[in-house]
Amino acid sequence: MIYVLYFITYGFLLTVAIGLLTSWIDRKVTARVQYRVGPPILQPLIDIIKLLGKETLIPKGASKSTFLMAPVVGFASAILVSTILWVNNITSAHTYLGDLVVVIYLLTIPSISIIMGGFASRNPLASLGASREMKLILSYELPFVLAVLVPVIKSGFSLRLATILGYQLQNGAVATGLSGVLALIVAIFCIQAKLGLVPFDIPEAETEIVSGPLVEYSGPGLALYKLMKNMLLFILPFFLIIIFMGGLHFDAISIVKYVGLVALVTVIRNTNPRVRIDQAVRFFWGPMTFLAALAVALALTGR
Amino acid sequence: MAKTIVPIGPYHPLQEEPEFFMLTVEGEKVVDIDVRVGYNHRGIEKLSEMKTFDQSTFVIERICGICSTSHPFAYTRAVEDVIPVEVPERAKYIRTIIAEGERIHSHLLWLGLAGHFLGYNTVYMWVWKLREEILDAMEILSGNRNNYAMFKPGGVRRDIKAEDIPDVLKKINSIVPTLEMLLKAIADDPVLHARTKGIGVLSKEEAINFSALGPTSRASGVARDVRRDSPYGAYDKVEWEMIVTENGDVFDKVVVRILEVLEAVKIMRQCLQNLPVGEIDLNIKDIPPGEGIGHIEAPRGETFHYVRSDGTNRPVRHKVRAPTFMNLPTYKATVVGETVSDATIILAAIDPCYCCTERMAVRNTKGKKLYNGEDLIKLSQRKTERLREKYKC
Repeated sequence: MIYVLYFITYGFLLTVAIGLLTSWIDRKVTARVQYRVGPPILQPLIDIIKLLGKETLIPKGASKSTFLMAPVVGFASAILVSTILWVNNITSAHTYLGDLVVVIYLLTIPSISIIMGGFASRNPLASLGASREMKLILSYELPFVLAVLVPVIKSGFSLRLATILGYQLQNGAVATGLSGVLALIVAIFCIQAKLGLVPFDIPEAETEIVSGPLVEYSGPGLALYKLMKNMLLFILPFFLIIIFMGGLHFDAISIVKYVGLVALVTVIRNTNPRVRIDQAVRFFWGPMTFLAALAVALALTGR
Repeated sequence: MAKTIVPIGPYHPLQEEPEFFMLTVEGEKVVDIDVRVGYNHRGIEKLSEMKTFDQSTFVIERICGICSTSHPFAYTRAVEDVIPVEVPERAKYIRTIIAEGERIHSHLLWLGLAGHFLGYNTVYMWVWKLREEILDAMEILSGNRNNYAMFKPGGVRRDIKAEDIPDVLKKINSIVPTLEMLLKAIADDPVLHARTKGIGVLSKEEAINFSALGPTSRASGVARDVRRDSPYGAYDKVEWEMIVTENGDVFDKVVVRILEVLEAVKIMRQCLQNLPVGEIDLNIKDIPPGEGIGHIEAPRGETFHYVRSDGTNRPVRHKVRAPTFMNLPTYKATVVGETVSDATIILAAIDPCYCCTERMAVRNTKGKKLYNGEDLIKLSQRKTERLREKYKC
């Protein structure tokens, strides 16, 4: 029963609130970098509320149920994964939840839901975007999993988030070692792709394929996708903080950790052009996989 | 692999204007392209034929918001070619200053948009911020940020005040350091290299065969520039370099445009400093019967105007050929074989301007095309015959 409480308060409400706030920070910083004023603080929330009140249009010939289900699936998995992360972060000692494999799996579902939605909408641009998203998942999952292996090895081959957090409590954060730093760098590039931000916003590429998989979405469906993306903007840095930096607490250092990661993501997004999908695949399978493998090897030798 | 059609347009965030690129793709690879324009035809040549020679200048200025100097410049030169007269020295210098100001803001506008098309919105905003300086300078000179209304057959409408010149010089000089920084940043950025080098290559032979114009041809190594080949205005009296690069890819087109902006600043500076004194207008009263052509180097390439007069105060025929009309067909050589991701930046790389280029399409109410290309040519030939009989030439 306690998990239902976590599900509603932490997994949904708190994550949405922080996600929207992060989205505002991201937009505001981007605007300031670009000599613009930027939106007011409630703008991300207003956007979502406005979209919720709009009409849902289903394109002719689309697979209706898949088209409508896809955003719900993605949104639900985002709430679920954030609940698991919060539970582990707060009461790591007393929980049986928190298998790393489940978390990685759930973190992939939002991307898969975008692919589902894109293919279901039967639009050439959406299909093109969905196929790009698929290629992108295939490219970044390998280095991401390899990078996540580093904390696992460090904490004595444990797949439980609680154990990883406990290990970091006693021996210092994983990211203080060489292997941890390398793995963190790889993971940051991977979450950039997972978040679909420049330089890896290839599936949505506004000027090429008009927001790709989401092109046919309107109203609540689009609102759910936007909300899911905003939540991921919190969940993914949160996940990295848990496995690499010893978790979030309600103190100043945690805020620095979190804001630092988000700022890094925003800076990368604002200082790069979009790459091509084949360049992205080459980047992740080449240098990133090599770095991640190196980090794993270093972790195995105990560095 | 199955072929699909990826539509870019008629309404698409890539371009502000309505146009339609039909990309036939296999997966991500573009195997064919079809370009359709004609969504924005305004019959401006006909409009121009219904106005007097002086009024036409204002209509022509509104062909395109960005080339709002090039078209009047070419048109006034065509009218002056009918008489024929030479405009006063001071007017020539003022015309050159305005034309180069337009080149700067047009190239900067394109540079920002190119960044936007590559997903690099920081460049987009920074360059457009930089462009504000030039627009301010143009406002000091002409009273308008765009559509300067400075041209009239026989001279210019407004003089440049001596006390404005230092302010303008300060403004145009202020963009140079930022531009040089930008040039270095572009030359060093590995991600930009990956996106633009070797992409959409237009070889020198193809550039000549397609009769590409302006920066599109100069990036491919074709040294073709009206300002150098048949000088007009004050271009033969100031020092400037024609920028020519060899590779013909998107990267070179970017570099050519940035360097051209620096050259344009140089030209503007020299013209403002050496502005001769004297009349600015010939006060032409009558246009005799005859025909004239005017061609000038617009930011996108050579703009060509043909004007025919029958001795009344209106042009009988006014024909406009914008540079994009010649540059559009190069897509066949540059886009085919590239990926969809690259297609957008290649499409943008010629700096297309559709409102200058719009051609007619006749459709009935059900949307069926009534005339194909051959029919239109026949119609046009018939009209020429009628005109010949009417004016006995």
